[in-house]
Formats: sequence, structure tokens, C-alpha cells
Amino acid sequence: MAKMRLTQAINAAYFEEMERNERIVLFGEDVEVSMFGDTRGLHARFGSKRVRNTPISESAMTGMAVGAAMAGTPAICHLMFSNFALTGFDGIANQAAKLRLMTGGQARLPVTFVAAIGAGTSTGAQHSDTPYPMFMNLGGINIAVPATPADAKGLMKSALRGFNPTIFLLPRVRGATSGEVSDDPDFLVPYGKASIMQEGSDLTIVAIGSCVNHAIRASKALAEEGVSVELIDPRTLVPLDTDTIVNSVRKTGRLVVVDEARDRCSAASHIAAVVGDEAFSSLKAPIKRVTSPNIPMPYAPALERALLPDPDKIVAAARLIMAV
Amino acid sequence: MAQLESRNLAPGPERLLAMLERMLLIRRTEEQLGADSRSGDLPGNVHLCAGQEAIAVAVCDHLSDNDYVGSTHRGHGHFLAKGGSARSLIAEVHAKSTGACGGLGGSMHVTDLSKGMIGANGIVGGGIGLAAGAALSAQVAGQGQLAVAFFGDGASSQGILPEVFNIAALWKLPLILVCEYNGYSEFSASSTVNAGEIADRAKAFGIPTEVVDGNDVEAVWASAAIAVERARKGEGPSFIEAKTYRLRGHLEAESGFLQAPYRSEEEIAEWRTRDPIPRLASRLAEMSLLSSADLDALEAKVAADVKDALQFANDSAPPEMERVLSSVFVDQRP
Repeated sequence: MAKMRLTQAINAAYFEEMERNERIVLFGEDVEVSMFGDTRGLHARFGSKRVRNTPISESAMTGMAVGAAMAGTPAICHLMFSNFALTGFDGIANQAAKLRLMTGGQARLPVTFVAAIGAGTSTGAQHSDTPYPMFMNLGGINIAVPATPADAKGLMKSALRGFNPTIFLLPRVRGATSGEVSDDPDFLVPYGKASIMQEGSDLTIVAIGSCVNHAIRASKALAEEGVSVELIDPRTLVPLDTDTIVNSVRKTGRLVVVDEARDRCSAASHIAAVVGDEAFSSLKAPIKRVTSPNIPMPYAPALERALLPDPDKIVAAARLIMAV
Repeated sequence: MAQLESRNLAPGPERLLAMLERMLLIRRTEEQLGADSRSGDLPGNVHLCAGQEAIAVAVCDHLSDNDYVGSTHRGHGHFLAKGGSARSLIAEVHAKSTGACGGLGGSMHVTDLSKGMIGANGIVGGGIGLAAGAALSAQVAGQGQLAVAFFGDGASSQGILPEVFNIAALWKLPLILVCEYNGYSEFSASSTVNAGEIADRAKAFGIPTEVVDGNDVEAVWASAAIAVERARKGEGPSFIEAKTYRLRGHLEAESGFLQAPYRSEEEIAEWRTRDPIPRLASRLAEMSLLSSADLDALEAKVAADVKDALQFANDSAPPEMERVLSSVFVDQRP
């Protein structure tokens, strides 16, 4: 075990899996310099054949990553900010998410798109999105949103050993938390298996990505008020472990879903709908969603803070439904 | 400077005869699919490549199953030229479980990975990125494979093309970019949507470029021979602009919704005189390599192949839902 930050954990996953499978290639804008640090050192270790800086050409990058994967070369396509996935969306939405089905199951697509998500650092509206809801709607691509360094490493290693297209999203928060990470070369975290981070009996909180840390702090505050919180991190949104979430709500009868995405058609609203369908008779109060409003993110720090989910908003939502 | 070096390259009689047969197979298969479309026997649309067969066949004549071809929505010819079977093509377009993609893809997605055919693609320009990625895979693998991206003058307006020109040139990818310039971007004349010459765009990136008569199978074959050699030697990408014409519409059903023709009868008639198939047959006759009896025998063989393929499709079952559920992810239910 070693203590590291989330980007360091992903860096370790790249190193281990690229050592293990010499066919894996990684490319993207500035991956040699590595803005976030997650690709640092890879070029020096693996060379220009396998680690390549690309021009700022997202359409070609995403399409080429899919083509390379289809031809048997597992590809990591680093898109820097998730908003840039939208300039290269054809390769993700029309190709990666659909090619296996369109080819009748012929294609195996070991391609991993990596990008940072989230606001909170005054990067303005075009570098602040949390766009996984639209990715969840694509139909044929996995989505990982790790909240802890250990999950980041295990989920990345699983993606790189698998044969399914994956969008791997790095929650980008100020002063990213560090955590203990296994150095077992075969430490893998499965897709579609939620993490129950804390067991409880009064209220279920499902939190995604950077919202997991907010939810941990909210849970502590609620514990002081005598509320026992069960905290669940889905870890992957596709596949989504609805069983763990539904079973928890059947036990607690109350649910708050915390999601930095804009509220409309968010992961939170999807999870709320699934729980409404499958655990309606267990619900003691309405499901509450703590999300971002349906507007682009402003630059000014005070406005950003006002719009984003935080522990106080989670506590407020929890109090509302605990009073029912 | 950026011209492909001209050399006296010619396919031998055996290759010419094989290419004639393959072109005929494409034409007659598509005639069948066009008739099936017009009679309402197909669930979806077909975009036929009639008139453009020489390009697919001449380029793919240089390739093995280990090389890759990325194609377009007009991909039947590329599929057959790359070695896909008429049975799997016709069954696919008829939405049968025995089709190339089990009836899940359809005309615009015919794919045979066992032949290196990485797919027709419903997104104009989509195949360009995939082929460039396959070329990257080939380069990393270091086994001398290459990839070909077929696309039209319509796709030349997509941003991904100059992006791929740039990356392929920088990285010296074993990629051959083949623009099948048929003069139309769906229903719009190329002259109204494309500024300048498309070949000049490739030249701007330092990519060796050649403009050829796409209806002359020997000319395309010779140009492709040089491009293939460059790719296999690690010398990087080449661009071939093959001037051609589609003798059918953008899609076969277009007469049902277009209010007015967008091409003149005279123009179509003029291009019929340059049809690459009779042109190659005449050339072979001139060279005393093909008698009219030989041509009749070849036509009969191809007709039998198409008939067999159609019967195969008709005898096949439609796909089951299970095929869908197992075809979204590997080892994972959707």
C-alpha cells in the first residue's frame, strides 16, 4: 500500500498495464508534459512509438483511438478536459459506442477515453462541465467516475485489461484528496459494482465523483444530529449497480442523490427514477437530488460555489426528508 | 514535389481478369439490391456505388486480409473488393442473421474484420479516422500492414480529413487516403460545396498526391501500387483522388422524395459512356484476353453467384434479440 493522489494512482495504473501489455498505446494533447500529471513519465519509459503527443485535433484523436482498438491495439485517448470530448464526439458517440453492435459483435474495442470533469476552479463554462449524463445516453460505452485514488487505479486497470470502450472521468477538485492504494499488480475494481463507503440505517446518500467527499462531510454532520447515513459511490455509471442502491433504499426508506452534473436528465435524476420504480413502496419521503442548476457555469468563484453541490446543501436536503 | 513518382506499372492479364470479375460481382450484386430496394423488399436504404467499382477493386487488389479498409455509407463495393462475400453482403442488407453483421448493421455498416474490412460507416468521414487508427495500429505492430481510407468528395469537407492529413504526415502512418470524387456531396454538386482542388489540400501537408481517372482500373491500380509500396516501406501516407461518377442516386429511394432532379440526364448519359466495366472489358478484348464468349461466361458465373447469395439470404432467419444483447459489450450484458 502507498498513499497517493488520484492522478498518481492513475499514473501507476498506466505504468503497470503498459508494462503488462506492450500493445497498449497512449496519445493525446500534451501527454508528454502532462497537465494533470497522470501521464507523467510514460513517454520517457515507453517511447514515441507507444506514447504520442497529438495535435489539437479531437475528431481525429477519438476516431483514431477507435480504429486502433478495432485493429487490435488497445488505445488510451487523453482528451484533457471533458468538454473537448464534445469536439471529438463522433469517435465516441457514433463510433465507439455503436461499432460492436453495428458489426454484429465482430469488433472488440479496447479504447479508453480519459478526461477531467467538474467545476470549482474558475475555468469558465467551457472547462467546467460534468457531461456524463449525455455519455450515459449513448448506449454502448462504459463510464467510470472514480472518487478515491484506489478506485481510480483499480477501475483504470480493469478498463485497460478489458475489451469494451470506456470513458474514464477524473473528478477535478481543489486539493484533491489522497488515499491508500494497493500495489498488487492485479488489483482490479470491477465495473458495475458500487462501493458502500459507510453503512447506515436512516438515509441513503448516493454520491458521484467529487460529490463523494461532500457526502462524507455531510454524513459526519448528520451523524451529529443522530441521522445514520448509508453512503454509496456507484463508481461506474455504465454499468450502474442499481441493485446495491435499490437494496439500500429498501432498508433506509430515504434517498438523496448528489451529482455535480446539471439537474436536467442528470445521473441523479436517472438514479431517482430507477429507485422510484423499484423501491416505491419502501420510500418514506420524496427522493431529493442535489445537483447543479440548468445553466452554464460562471467564472466568478463566489457564483461557482453558490451553484455547485456542497456538504451544506446535502445536509439541508437530508433534513427536509428526515422531517417527513 | 509532392507528386507520386510516375512509373510504368501495369497489372498483368490475370489481375485484370480477376478485377473485371470482382467489378462485375459488385455491379450485379448492387443491381439486385437496388431492385430489392425499389420493390420494397429491404427494410432500409441502400447507397449504390455503380460506376465507381474500379477504384475499390484496383486499390484492394494490392491488399491482403491483414491490411485494413475503412469505408463509407456507399460501401458495398469496398466490402466485396476487400474479399467479403456476396452471401454475407446480401444477407446483411436483407437484415438476416447470416449477414456480415448478423443483420444488426445493415447496408451502411457492412463489416468483415476477418478480411480487414473495418466497416462501411454511416457518418460521412467516419471511416477516415478509423482507418487512420488502424494505420497507427499497423505501424505499432510493425508487420508491414497498411490501411486505406475510402471517402468521397462530400467527406472532404469534414474537419477530420485535414486533421488526419496532419497526423498521418507527422507520424508517417502507413495510410492511403483515396478520395472517390464523384462530383456530388449527397444531393449537392461538389462545385457548390468544395472550394479549390481537394488534392491540393493533401499537398499542403506534404503528402504525395495523384489525381487519376477513377474509371480507368489500370490507372488506379498503378497509382495504388506506388502508394502501397510507400506505406509498406514506412514512407508515410499517400493521397489518391480518383475522378469518377455514381451512375445511381445518392440513395436508391431518392426519386420517392426529391421534387426535382439534381443531375441532368445528359450528364448521366455522358458518364455512362465512361462506365469502367465495359471499358475494362473492351480493353481486355483489344488485348485478346477476353472474347465475347468469355465475357458471357463471366457474366453467367457472376449472375449465378448473385442468385445463390440472394437465395442464401432468403433462406436465412432474421436475427434474434439475444444477438443484440450479446453484441453491445464483450462479456457484459447491456
